[in-house]
Amino acid sequence: MNSWKLWMLLVQGAGLTVAISLLSIVIGLAIGAFISAGMLSSKQMFAVPSRLFVSFFRGVPLLVQLLLIYNLLPVIGINVSSVIAAITGLSLCTAAYQAENLRGGFMSVPKGLIEAAEMAGLNATQQFRRIRLPIAFRLTLPAIINEAIMILKASSLVSVVGVVELTRMTQDLSASTYRPLELFAMAGVIYFIINWGLSFVGSYTENAIRWGRP
Amino acid sequence: MRFDPALIIHHLPSILSGLSVTILTWLIGTIGAVLVGFVIASSRRFGPRPLGMALGAIVEVIRGTPFLIQLFLLYFGGPYIGLFLDPLPAGLLGLTVYGSAYFSEIFRGGFEAVPVGHIEAAECVGLNRFQIVKRILLPEMSMLVLPSAVNMAILLIKETAVLSIITVPELTMIVSAIGSEYYAFVESLFLLALFYWALVELCGFLGRKAEEKLSHFRLSAS
Repeated sequence: MNSWKLWMLLVQGAGLTVAISLLSIVIGLAIGAFISAGMLSSKQMFAVPSRLFVSFFRGVPLLVQLLLIYNLLPVIGINVSSVIAAITGLSLCTAAYQAENLRGGFMSVPKGLIEAAEMAGLNATQQFRRIRLPIAFRLTLPAIINEAIMILKASSLVSVVGVVELTRMTQDLSASTYRPLELFAMAGVIYFIINWGLSFVGSYTENAIRWGRP
Repeated sequence: MRFDPALIIHHLPSILSGLSVTILTWLIGTIGAVLVGFVIASSRRFGPRPLGMALGAIVEVIRGTPFLIQLFLLYFGGPYIGLFLDPLPAGLLGLTVYGSAYFSEIFRGGFEAVPVGHIEAAECVGLNRFQIVKRILLPEMSMLVLPSAVNMAILLIKETAVLSIITVPELTMIVSAIGSEYYAFVESLFLLALFYWALVELCGFLGRKAEEKLSHFRLSAS
């Protein structure tokens, strides 16, 4: 196999890694927002399951979660491809971390701002949409980006459930070419570059939403 | 789904050996990572500038790449540069290297968070450099870094599961092998998940207790 062909295959694997990670980050953030709302709820029927969810998905190794979901879905009658199973596993895991991040953010919204919004006559929905959500998002953005980077790295684990993303592709190629040293080093470089891109987007967004900050 | 509790009792010896491998790799890996991480952080703070920059670059690379890739590089790539390691030593080395990068960042943050005024005050009362490190910097720093260090140690428990991929005979590998042998994957994985969950929660609890115990050392000013 010539090196051009190798390159193309690695890039193809990297493409799937990026796709899986981005989907999981977005889905996980959405689920995480709901879970964080549940955790902050005063009703026990929302708060307790949300806290259990966060504790479970943060307490169990992602590898075990992925194996569990991959093997569990067919048993309960859901036949999906390994890519979907992988995205499900990554999304649920990252949702737990993002929920914890967002919870912290919502709790650090200054009380005075909410009181001011009340005084100005904003109703609960408006308060949430215009005051609490934007401020919490801004406060937690660094942590959210950090978790996104963690998920990108953790996506290498989906190689064990048969998704041919960057890690699995590198494994397969190194088995057929007997060049594990160069190939895994190359994969590491590719992960590093993708991460760098993610953190660039993160700091760009942080700067872009600095409005109103002293 | 078929699940027989007798299966667990039957395989108890191998499960226990997997458990001990998990706990031992975690303990040794964590202690190694804390020590190496401390050396890295101190070298970056007190050592010559070029060394600090080189270490900083290495830390960035380790933090920017997946643990699994590092393990594969070590385990499959190592023999090509004369580094022949069995799964267990490779896993331990990988865990130590990976953890040390994160611990070094925690310690670096700790060094930076010690108020400059305290160091200046120590200089004023005539403590020498060594005394300042021993009596001011280290005690204050260890209080500051305790929560994140406990957090990182807990993260490393979960990372030990990844070692199963390079066939370290720890809990995940043993239990999933039993699961596939008896076609009882889901049940055994559930048990495995519950076990890790309990272990992580227990460590989190112990960590919080330790923080409470040590909290009277914390400076009220900072």
